[in-house]
Amino acid sequence: MVSARAAHAGDVAGDAVGDSVVAREVAAERAPVVEARDLSLVFQTPDAPVTALSGIDLTIRRGDFVSLIGPSGCGKTTLMRVVADLAKPTSGTLLVNGGTAEQARLDRSYGYVFQAPALYPWRSIERNIMLPLEIMGMPRAERKERAARYLDLVGLKGFERKFPWQLSGGMQQRVSIARAMGFEPALLLMDEPFGALDEITRDNLNVHLLRLWEKTGITVIFVTHSIPEAVFLSSRIVVMSPRPGRILEVIDSDLPRDRDLDSRETPEFLEIAHRVRVALRAGHSYD
Amino acid sequence: MTDAAIPASWKLGAREGVAVPILTVLAVVVVIWYAAAVWLNAPQVAERLDRAGPDWTAGDLVSGAWAMERPVLPAPHQIAVELYDSVIGRPVSSKRSLVYHAGVTLSATVAGFALGLAMGVALAIGIVHVRVLDRSLMPWIIASQTIPILAIAPMIVVVLGNLGFTGLLPKAIISGYLSFFPIAIGMVKGLRSPDPLQLDLMRTYSATKAQTFAKLRWPSSVTFLFPSLKIAIALALVGAIVAELPTGAQAGLGARLLAGSYYGQTIQIWAALFMSAFLAMLAVGAVGLAERGLTRYRGGRL
Repeated sequence: MVSARAAHAGDVAGDAVGDSVVAREVAAERAPVVEARDLSLVFQTPDAPVTALSGIDLTIRRGDFVSLIGPSGCGKTTLMRVVADLAKPTSGTLLVNGGTAEQARLDRSYGYVFQAPALYPWRSIERNIMLPLEIMGMPRAERKERAARYLDLVGLKGFERKFPWQLSGGMQQRVSIARAMGFEPALLLMDEPFGALDEITRDNLNVHLLRLWEKTGITVIFVTHSIPEAVFLSSRIVVMSPRPGRILEVIDSDLPRDRDLDSRETPEFLEIAHRVRVALRAGHSYD
Repeated sequence: MTDAAIPASWKLGAREGVAVPILTVLAVVVVIWYAAAVWLNAPQVAERLDRAGPDWTAGDLVSGAWAMERPVLPAPHQIAVELYDSVIGRPVSSKRSLVYHAGVTLSATVAGFALGLAMGVALAIGIVHVRVLDRSLMPWIIASQTIPILAIAPMIVVVLGNLGFTGLLPKAIISGYLSFFPIAIGMVKGLRSPDPLQLDLMRTYSATKAQTFAKLRWPSSVTFLFPSLKIAIALALVGAIVAELPTGAQAGLGARLLAGSYYGQTIQIWAALFMSAFLAMLAVGAVGLAERGLTRYRGGRL
């Protein structure tokens, strides 16, 4: 049963489906950014090996906004860490930008936003955003210009000289997004970036993020355990299930890109949210 | 940064609550001290008064106990007078000026501290980056501090003397021997303090080891470094003074202490002790000042 479902999910994912022929053609035109085939990861722990990922098949194409959703322990963060080459898969193949994940990391082809802002407290906001740029050897004038541009983009113009402790949690997380986008990677990996924030701030940042995605055409992989957040942001939603971590279903969203918070009350939105919820529930029935 | 953002207690001068407790403690100590001086010096004073005749009062005993030339415990004002005479009353270049001796000890302290800092930091960097060093060096570093400095100081002096090194260097080495330890321990802790998230971040930038060190590990360690530095510089001073004892040095607070004890000049000993306490405060204060400056540069938090 498990394998049958996983295989089914794989088919769906592999095709990068749209219901219509047009959608499929459009999808096929866009180059794959992430291609995972039968990806598994087993952690060796002192008492027993833990299967964090099992038989993951997933294709993510350029310009997608893909959410990984599932209960805690379903391997969504692990999957993202594998894509980022922060963890090594035990078996299966993974291509990022057509090469290995390690190569993609060495090429600095993605920006990673962690669950916590992870700002360096001794650096001003501006210097925090400039950190990756310094490491990449960008000239000083250009660094300053970039930092200013991306601070503006996340709505924090004028905060250059402040220090992290002087900002609220939501503002800090926006800084960390600016930091990840500042070196203009084509792929943004976001690991529950708004998980620790209150709902009002979270809504606000969701809208922000959606506008950024629209504006920049960047590919985003987004880990969350909030159904409304996943549906609101994503062009595709990958529903995952724990023990072992696997993909249950990939749901494509045909909501228009220019959504706002009110879109969350439309029948189309609720319909997709319902499908996600049903898929998540199916995952739980295995336990 | 607006002033409102800084808690009042951080500001310089917001110390109105500190003076009264400090002065109270000082007053209590002084009172106890005078009493102890009477108690400890009384037998000798009484003997002397007896020799002059049987007609002496308690007042004579007390004033005598506070004015002895070589008391068991000098009264505070005697020490104050000696300090004044040997600090202000003599030219700094004089061999009897306490400022001159303090200067000699301070130069050994600073040299030893610099040596300890370099060694402590180098050891910490090695231990954090090389697994073999972590396993092999740590036990030796800890063992080094279990040897009493008083036992090893003469050996160092003798060995270095045979090699032709005298003067500042042996003192600086003994001083550095004491001060490298807290720095090494603090730095190891500090260099390992970045959390996994901060380290992962560096990995996503495919930062080199050197970059991770310069931009993450080193700045993280500063928080741990300064408390260590304060302990280290105080220990460096102790080391410098101890080093002056077996070297037969003619100058320095240690030499002053030793000379004082040879000739039973307790007042001189106490004056030198107070001078060394003052030096320690000065040295620790200087480190604190550096810490404050760096804190300001880093946005108000270390």
